[in-house]
Order: sequence, then C-alpha cells, then structure tokens
Amino acid sequence: MSSSILWEETLHGSSTWSHILKRGTALRIAAIEDNTNVGAIFLNADNPSERLNLPDTLKAQHIARLSTGSVLYSDMGRILCSITDDTLGWHDPLGGCSDAALVAKKYGSSTYQVARNNWHQNALDGFLIELAKYGLGPRDLMMNVNFFSKVEVFVDGSMHFISAHSAAGDAVELRAEMNTLVILNSCQHPMDPSHEYAQKPVSLTLKQVEAPGLDDVCRNFRPENGRGFTLTERYFL
Amino acid sequence: MPETVIQASPRLPEDAIFSVVVEAGDSFVHEIYQGQFVRIVDLEGNQAVDTLFYNAHDYADRYSAQDTIREQRNIYLTTGTKLMSTERNALLTIVADTCGRHDTLGGACATESNMVRYAIDKRFMHACRQSFLKGALAWSAETGRELDKRDLTANINFFMNVPVTPSGKLTFEDGVSDAGKYVELRAEMDTLMVISNCPQLNNPCNAYNPTPVSVLIWNATQEFDV
Repeated sequence: MSSSILWEETLHGSSTWSHILKRGTALRIAAIEDNTNVGAIFLNADNPSERLNLPDTLKAQHIARLSTGSVLYSDMGRILCSITDDTLGWHDPLGGCSDAALVAKKYGSSTYQVARNNWHQNALDGFLIELAKYGLGPRDLMMNVNFFSKVEVFVDGSMHFISAHSAAGDAVELRAEMNTLVILNSCQHPMDPSHEYAQKPVSLTLKQVEAPGLDDVCRNFRPENGRGFTLTERYFL
Repeated sequence: MPETVIQASPRLPEDAIFSVVVEAGDSFVHEIYQGQFVRIVDLEGNQAVDTLFYNAHDYADRYSAQDTIREQRNIYLTTGTKLMSTERNALLTIVADTCGRHDTLGGACATESNMVRYAIDKRFMHACRQSFLKGALAWSAETGRELDKRDLTANINFFMNVPVTPSGKLTFEDGVSDAGKYVELRAEMDTLMVISNCPQLNNPCNAYNPTPVSVLIWNATQEFDV
C-alpha cells in the first residue's frame, strides 16, 4: 500500500498527546525502548458522544487482544481506526489506566517543584486533562487500549501481566476510518510489576494512506468487519 | 474451568423493603443507598441482566469494568468482587452469588452493534442500549439531573457467560445460570442502578428466550457499620 509521510515526532515518556486523525491518514507508533506502554482512547471528532466501545470491539471480533486485522469499533457500529500493521500480535484491551494513588503507592510521589518534567504522572489525569482541551470531561472517558502491553487471562479468569512483551522497534499502525480524536498517554501500564518509574518515549509517524480496498486485511479479518466497513462508509455518503 | 464458588444469602424475601419484576426488554432505574442490599434473581434461568452503577451524588463517577477486574486481577465477577468506579471508589460489593460468575467484558447489545455482529437488516430488533437510553432519559426527566448516552459505559452482565481464553479469544457461551439463581450486592456508598433486562434474540446469552427477573432490596443490617 502506498503512503506518504506527513510528519514525524516523538511522544515523551509519561506524557499525553492528542490529534484529530483524519479519515485517510494513519498513525504509526513505534517503541524506542523495551517494555513500552501507550494507553489510548478514541472519539469521533465530529460527534464525540460516539466513542471507542471496547466490549463491542472485542465481541464483534471474538478477541480479547488487538493485532493486525483488528478494528476499533465505536458504540455506533462504526470503525474509528483499523490496525493495519503490528509487529507484536498482542495489544492489551483489559488493564485500564494508572491513577495518582496507584502511581504514588508504586513509585512514590515526585512533584514538579522537585523533579521538573521527570515528576511522577499518571494516565487517568493525562486523559482527563487532554479531554478537557476539547470541551470533554469525565463522562467522556471510556475503557482504554494499552498498546505494546499484554495481559493474559487464564482459564480461571485470572489476569497476568506479561513483562518484557515489547522491544525497541516494535510498532503498531492505526488507519483512521473516521475523523478520530486520538488521545495517547505513555505512562506505564497499571499492572506493570516494576517498581522503577520509567519514562519511555515512542516515535509517532503521521501518514497519508490509501482507502481500504476490498482485499483489505482489516475488512476481511471477520465477516463482522465487512459490515463494519460498510456502515462506516455509509456514514460518509 | 475451576469450581465456581456458590454463596447463598441469609436475607429472606419476606423481609425485603422493595420488590419488582422486570420483564425482558424493559429497563429499571433505582437508587440503592449505602448499606442496603440489592438482589437480582434470574427467575427462569439463563437471562442476561445488563447493569450500570453510578455514584448517586455524582454520575460522572461510575462503574468501571477495567478498574474492577484489574483491582481483583480476575475478569469474572462473583462473591467478594468490589465494583470499582472510574474515580476508584468501591460502589458495591457482591456478597452472595448462587450462579458463580458474571461477565463485564461483553458490553450491552445495541441496534448498531447487532448490525455489525449479525446482519445489517437486524437494526429493527430491540436491544439493551435502547432500554438503557429510555431508562436514563426518563430518570433524567424525573430528577432534573443529566443522564444520557455519554453516561452509558461498560456494564456488568449478570448471569452471562463470556469466557476469555489464554490465547486471547473471547466467546459467548450458553449461560451458567439457572432458574432461581441470584446475585446480591451491598452498596458501599449511595448508588444509582440502571438495569436493562436483555432482549437479545441473536445469540445464546438469554438461551434465545429472554425472560423476567426480579429485583429485591433490603435495608442495612445493624451489624453493618454505615
């Protein structure tokens, strides 16, 4: 598939980023260090009451992990973004995000006054601050994805964080099927057992990409996705 | 699958201060105050009861599926599970459960997701998020407080069986519930409960036959330190 790079930038560790990813463009997130985590939430930028619905996403595709071919469904039966490329095979939809109390308990507190931009931040506050920049609030928060992380579920339902899942160079690419407000946060995964506060940057590449054809890997991943693409395409007619 | 733990409740139906039957396809909205117990009974068996909870004093602080499963390190809900809110408050605790496990990853059915999951011409079929919206809008009109689509987040599916496999697959299986089984929760703070008794006919979550459930409420017991 041909594509042209629009720009590249770095998302620092433990920080938040947002952009309205336009239909027809893509975002590639690449790990610069090992054991990275990037939390993400997604809203329809043209009507933010429509947003990522992870239960719909999982049950429509019969999955509890995200990888190439998976798409991110909104609560309205449409596809916000598709995962068109992925080197890992597993991104976590279950673990949620860290909060101030969890970070203080695990890593100790570290204020901006003392530590400047190495202070201890958490994903929940990052998401809420970024949502507020678009006039949105706590009611607009939703279950988040954690790219580059893996939480395995055993037969008894128990959840197990897999350490050392991702490595420098691992990447995931999201193609916007709608104009999607993407909010990323690079704080550590809330189930990461490491007690070392770590700021891990990732590189972001914005691209212009071709529209998904009939042979598209995401469209053909499940029969449900074929209908999801049809409904999304109708939204723009 | 490990053995499910069955925990019966000592509370008697005749002592309940409130009791209602919710038919399949209907919604039910009610406040459960701190210390009160609420029981949901699967009257005829294999009936999914889609349920949302909110902090009664601040609906922006609401049930969070991810925080609940992460806190207990298990995706299934049963006796002992604390239902956590987005602000990390314990809303309610499951204190009795004769079914053994409940789902919180399967979400609620919607006319739109039914089009994706089954066929585009299934849009006409009744769905939980229709009931959630109807219940939320009626509650909002009655109380003057905002409660609408933005507040319909990840819910609990009482009595529903949605296994996740170690390889990362998710499936809808026949229910593990049966006629008369129930789940009972104690409110740890004042909460608002929004129920949709699931009308889904396209998958086995209701054994293809949606049926009524009952909801009972007891007042706080003296030994509970309110």
